[in-house]
Amino acid sequence: MAELDTSQGGGHKKGKKKRSKKASTRVDLTPMVDLAFLLVTFFMMTTTFSKPQTMEINMPVKSTTGETSDTKASQTMTLILGGNDKVFWFKGTPDTANFSTTDYSPNGLRRILIDINKSTKDLTCIIKPTDKSNYRNMVDALDEMSIVGIKRYALVSDFASDETKKIKNL
Amino acid sequence: MPKVKVPRKSTNIDMTAMCDVSFLLLTFFMLTTKFKADEPVVVQTPKSISEIKLPDNDIMSITVTKDGKVYYGVDGKFNREKLLKKISDKYNIPFTEEETYAFSLTSAFGVPIPKLKTFLDMSAEDRKNATQPGIPIDSTNNELGVWIINGRLANPNYRIAIRGDGDCPYTVIKRVISTLQEKNVNKFNLITNLEARPKI
Repeated sequence: MAELDTSQGGGHKKGKKKRSKKASTRVDLTPMVDLAFLLVTFFMMTTTFSKPQTMEINMPVKSTTGETSDTKASQTMTLILGGNDKVFWFKGTPDTANFSTTDYSPNGLRRILIDINKSTKDLTCIIKPTDKSNYRNMVDALDEMSIVGIKRYALVSDFASDETKKIKNL
Repeated sequence: MPKVKVPRKSTNIDMTAMCDVSFLLLTFFMLTTKFKADEPVVVQTPKSISEIKLPDNDIMSITVTKDGKVYYGVDGKFNREKLLKKISDKYNIPFTEEETYAFSLTSAFGVPIPKLKTFLDMSAEDRKNATQPGIPIDSTNNELGVWIINGRLANPNYRIAIRGDGDCPYTVIKRVISTLQEKNVNKFNLITNLEARPKI
């Protein structure tokens, strides 16, 4: 394939058949392949990592009228994201509910969410990150929602006085 | 015992076919590749199972670093020029042609508007190494909101992506999100790293 047929070459000059020296035109392509594969590897590495994944967030429109949508207390679960990767959670309203503490491990928050999501119809989850929490905590909590399959959840940053008081005691 | 004669075969392999294949692949990757824009800061984004890909263009990115500094950037050279023009009209800061050109090449920056001119006057090398204080997001001086509004005016198709470091405090993210909400941006993307979906 890489060889050119040179047997016909030589030309016919002045009618006299001139015999050209037959040199092999075979080129060693190995270094070229090496180089090509090096470049292929380079471009492969740069392409696959350049497209980032995203999470889409839809926040409610900030209403000026103070309009809020209410959910039934029995169908509401609140997660309060605290510092040091801790999560406080309760079901129902903050004044009567019992607060519990958990963490982001698969056996912590996820197990609780699965259990509650199974036992409650149309569960709404309210995620309240405190100022002590970090961004990873928020993303982790939002991610748990999609892992467990909770359809209704909201990110809220106002705290009821009962909540702040009860977290302090935990 | 008779000697077993191994027939000698030529070890010369025709590399042409391999060469063809490798160059075909090379061409493919060269054409599809899109280089990462150099970012002024390194940010370790948190992991999530979300598999939605960020679109290639029309992205307005808000980067939040570990220590809570906010960087802002838009894509598209032409849109960056348009954006700078709007800011220059609003703040009455005239920018020279060189400064506009420098801005059109900046993928993200974290300097307050009054300091933008000196930042753009630096050489490209100095700009890379300069410490950037971050864009002010306090409620009294919320320049991020100004950038968002004017960015959207420059290109209404911009989608907003927040690239936050996992360890950055939530207070900064809260400020960024409430700024977005004040500007009526209720749909935005959080850039995350992919992680396998756990079995439940």
